[in-house]
Amino acid sequence: MSKTAELNIDRVAELSRLALTPEEKTRFSAQLGSILGHIEQLAKVDVTGIEPTAHAFPLNNVWAADLAQPGLGVSAALRNAPAQRDHMIVVPKVVD
Amino acid sequence: MTAPLHFQSIAELSTKIAAGQLSAVELTQSIIARTKAIEPRVHAFNSFDEADALSQAAASDARRSAGQSAGLLDGIPVGLKDVIAVAGQPLTASSKMLANFVSPYDATVTQKLQRAGAVLHGRLNCDEFAMGSSTENSAFGPTSNPWDLTRTPGGSSGGSAAALAAGAAVATLGSDTGGSIRQPAALCGLVGLKPTYGLISRYGLIAYASSLDQIGPFARTVEDAAIMLGAIAGHDPRDSTSFKTAIPDYRAELKTRRGPWKLGIPKEYFGAGLDPEVGAAVEKAIAFYRSQGCEIREVSLPHTQYCLDTYYIIATAEASSNLARYDGIRYGHRTSSAKNLLDVYQKSRAEGFGDEVKRRIILGTYVLSSGYYDAYYLRAQKVRTLIRQDFLNAYREVDALITPTSPIPAFKIGEKSADPLAMYLCDIYTIGVNLAGLPALSLPCGFTQSGLPIGLQLIGQPFREADLLATAHAYEQVHGWNTQFPSL
Repeated sequence: MSKTAELNIDRVAELSRLALTPEEKTRFSAQLGSILGHIEQLAKVDVTGIEPTAHAFPLNNVWAADLAQPGLGVSAALRNAPAQRDHMIVVPKVVD
Repeated sequence: MTAPLHFQSIAELSTKIAAGQLSAVELTQSIIARTKAIEPRVHAFNSFDEADALSQAAASDARRSAGQSAGLLDGIPVGLKDVIAVAGQPLTASSKMLANFVSPYDATVTQKLQRAGAVLHGRLNCDEFAMGSSTENSAFGPTSNPWDLTRTPGGSSGGSAAALAAGAAVATLGSDTGGSIRQPAALCGLVGLKPTYGLISRYGLIAYASSLDQIGPFARTVEDAAIMLGAIAGHDPRDSTSFKTAIPDYRAELKTRRGPWKLGIPKEYFGAGLDPEVGAAVEKAIAFYRSQGCEIREVSLPHTQYCLDTYYIIATAEASSNLARYDGIRYGHRTSSAKNLLDVYQKSRAEGFGDEVKRRIILGTYVLSSGYYDAYYLRAQKVRTLIRQDFLNAYREVDALITPTSPIPAFKIGEKSADPLAMYLCDIYTIGVNLAGLPALSLPCGFTQSGLPIGLQLIGQPFREADLLATAHAYEQVHGWNTQFPSL
């Protein structure tokens, strides 16, 4: 079975929080199918006993002093908010 | 013959400024005039603040009059890729999602350049969220290559390359996740440096793939790249992946570090798909190093064929996570047609993101999703270990590696935009470097018969940028490729 068939575009779009049009779903499925077909060749690599690399130069336990620092003021922090009222961001009703 | 002001290097211009032959305001006015002349044809900028640039230049002249010049970069107009934050200026990532976003703070590299006195005059076009190899994925329209306006400048930092090549900046910054500095530098005839992962702070850089992203300079000469690197390098407590390492005087080191070097030719980088003219120019550069007494050795990076797939799993996985923050709530585009909270997320993202960003978010979400994580993401991270080991093994035998930067010279706008996989193959020689976290630069090594620039890639060892730059400098000193300029 090819990976093309496995990529359930409706499910992945939902996980991605992307409202795709039917045309986008068809087009992206085909394009991602050919990319996944290419990616298939990674299955050929023997990775037995190989540790994964998350960063090229692993830095562990980077500590910072726990000091109060000046941050963004309210107006600066809200400057880019799509909708605001009384120093708060306005969103659609969350609980009915 | 002296080049026009707008094609001169930082080294040349700073000498004139220091000698009182040129003021920062005069230089900035000249760059502004040049920008206005070329911008309708090149479209390198997303935003440009003339008044702000002139006020920075006037402040630079005032410092100099008071005997307080900040150094070589004081008064030099520098452009930033539009993914690097400048407080109070637009920051769009070339996305509709951030079309109206104004940055509330400065990136660390922005602060460092400001302290060095640079005049930050504009923000440069790129592929949306730095995802692409041609700058065609910008929501604000493509950038043209100054050497041939029907062709792309490469990407994703295409605006940074095109502005410099066209004389609309004296140096620029880009970001490089899979080749996004080096490939456009090659396609536009410039020096482009991707530093070691961790050398430059990423604080204030819009994140694409955090374990691969690195900021770096575009410059006309290796010396200018050394000056720019010195200005932006160094540990930053605000980026926990930034490294504590001593920063040498990269410019001074150009004179003290001399070869001959042992240079490796990775055989996997000279196979099918390499344009013959590009291959021939790189072979000539290799012959030059041999003639200088360098030992040239063929080496093997056996996992090269897996770099592209490894990259597209890791980069898209990290992107899908990083771009989850664009949800239409706190900043960025919010749909006007939402009925509930889920609608806000799904429609704002669908309206705000372009095709390539959507594709990468979907692919990244898929490879991280339940049931596929081990087969894709975890496996890719293990292959990444093998790719990195390939490079470290090669460095037991040689000091640096020489390869082409891009398999092809600049391609036509529209030529590859319908086929994502064909576009991804543009990065085939550059992505291994990001996966391994290494420093690498692209440097001009000739032109095709039709007059398009060709780039040579030198790949160095971790945190040894001074050696890498010196190796490139040795070539540049006796080749005048950077004394030719596009005619526009």
